[in-house]
Amino acid sequence: MNALTYPPHARTYRYDEIDREFLQERIAEFRGQVERRLKGELTEDEFKPLRLMNGLYLQLHAYMLRIAIPYGLLNSAQLRQLGRIARRWDRGFGHFTTRQNIQFNWTRLEDVPAMLEALAEVDMHAIQTSGNCIRNTTTDEYAGASPDEVVDPRVYAEILRQWSTLHPEFTWLPRKFKIAITGSPHDRVAAQVHDVGVLAKRNARGEVGFEVYAGGGLGRTPIIARKLRDWVPEAEFLAYMEAVLRVYNALGQRDNIYKARIKILVRDLGAEFTQMVEREYERMPRDKYRLDPEIVAAIGAHFAPPPFAALQDQPLPEDREFRAWAAASIRAHKQPGYASVTISLKPIGGIPGDASADQMEAVADLAERHSFGEIRVTHVQNLVLPHVRQEDLFTLWQGLRAAGLATPNIGLISDIIACPGMDYCALATARSIPIAQQISERFADLDRQHAIGECFINISGCINACGHHHVAHIGILGVDKRGEEVYQITLGGSATNDASIGELIGPAFSYDTIVDAVETLIATYVAHRTAGERFIDTYRRLGAAPFKEALYAPA
Amino acid sequence: MSTKAKARPATAPVVFTANRLRDGRVVWFGAEGIWQDRIAAVTPFAPEAAETGLAEAQQAERQQQVVGVYAVEVGPGPTPLKFRERLRVSGPSVAAEAA
Repeated sequence: MNALTYPPHARTYRYDEIDREFLQERIAEFRGQVERRLKGELTEDEFKPLRLMNGLYLQLHAYMLRIAIPYGLLNSAQLRQLGRIARRWDRGFGHFTTRQNIQFNWTRLEDVPAMLEALAEVDMHAIQTSGNCIRNTTTDEYAGASPDEVVDPRVYAEILRQWSTLHPEFTWLPRKFKIAITGSPHDRVAAQVHDVGVLAKRNARGEVGFEVYAGGGLGRTPIIARKLRDWVPEAEFLAYMEAVLRVYNALGQRDNIYKARIKILVRDLGAEFTQMVEREYERMPRDKYRLDPEIVAAIGAHFAPPPFAALQDQPLPEDREFRAWAAASIRAHKQPGYASVTISLKPIGGIPGDASADQMEAVADLAERHSFGEIRVTHVQNLVLPHVRQEDLFTLWQGLRAAGLATPNIGLISDIIACPGMDYCALATARSIPIAQQISERFADLDRQHAIGECFINISGCINACGHHHVAHIGILGVDKRGEEVYQITLGGSATNDASIGELIGPAFSYDTIVDAVETLIATYVAHRTAGERFIDTYRRLGAAPFKEALYAPA
Repeated sequence: MSTKAKARPATAPVVFTANRLRDGRVVWFGAEGIWQDRIAAVTPFAPEAAETGLAEAQQAERQQQVVGVYAVEVGPGPTPLKFRERLRVSGPSVAAEAA
């Protein structure tokens, strides 16, 4: 396959020949390292940091290759290529993650150079998907489409991508570093539980600036981020980000992995951290970092709107099944006559975030036909077609249904985030996926799901919290108790503007009783809710007591 | 080299597990002295022979055939006593192929 050529409005990052040449050199280098490892010329201790720098982990049953999807944006050619990679070198599927990336779980070491070559053909790679560096910046899956968007966050996510990729000063940070950016007043990126969360906005004069948060995070010490600045002017964006990273890089605790994330530093220093960032920022040669408006405009041009037709909003067809899907999956678009469509990767009884090679190819084809070739990966482990003509929705739904991708459960109780858990992950202490499967089967009835309303269940298979359990309405954390799996429940978490960390409700439940416990929580909520209350609203109004009593009171 | 293998003296029969270097697949090592794909094909070491077994198993790690050798206490079968290693035996408990 030839290197990708981009249409005038590609709406993604663009590689030039220098980027492509670099990728080829990097793959050749890693190919040599793999060959030396297979010949026994490199030990595992020598090879491990090299493979991790190329996104290759060794998991419970096999190697796992994690591939970067910059700010969750894919074009059809890229998604089709991911499907091809899944079919040729994996077991015919991939797993989309809460970092808007994709993982292949059955990678063979000897195949990795060829897989990286295949990725490079579509301007993709696996660099900085591991290690103590700045990872893939995540953003709003409805960027460029949402009616409430004030600033297109992709432009600044791309600027962050260019700035952070192979940044020599930040390649060996105390610990990994995750940035999320949104351009809408409604936080859909969990900004306050990231190392740095950025809210792009405009002032009264229409100028772009950034509200910056730092020190959020989940894991064994969940913390809501601290706001550092209410306004960083656009031109100063990279200077300010660099100042934050510099303070962290200098002072982050490198001798204790459990205290090495920026959240611990920010928590411990409090206002002093903000002051240190400001002092660093003041003394930096700011002209060197100033974002030239011409550069911003040039990058912005890559994200110009696609050639929308002049259309009017129109009523949806009457088909009952279609209407049920549409109610869950369709989101308003800023362009009249268009809609954004969220594709659930959470079929009842399925594995959250998994897509088969056939499904990837089907979505790639549908995106080409109906969404200007654009696909987004969400941090909730679903896919989005951002720009679909309303008149095409019924046809699109039929195509999705044929591919097994029309589960109408977006935002409902079976739209569960789950990490790979002990079924795949070497760090996990319990399984996550089978719990998600059983919960979705228990609540499979769609009418019941709608009656329950918006309710987010997130499941992590260990304290590292890749399943974001702390910020779920109902969070489930699997832990090991004397060699067997047990599951703790946290309640009242939120990842959006009202971000909060869920509270541990009480003693853990066994693998066999955790789904019943969720059922009890839902029954308690339904019994106590007032009109219009979501699960979290009822929990916040009543506190833990009624839920605790329902779960633990003697029968 | 795995540190788990030296964590504490075995109190039950042990086999050793690791990932095969070339493809990462789980393999098992017992008294026969050969790395096998299936745990059923290996004979456990008695607890008092665990240290000797470890030295033999780690030989393959030094020869760059396997990665991350560690000891697994087993019951009859042999079946690992801990759930994590039982999953290493059985593979994922969920569908691991495209539907």
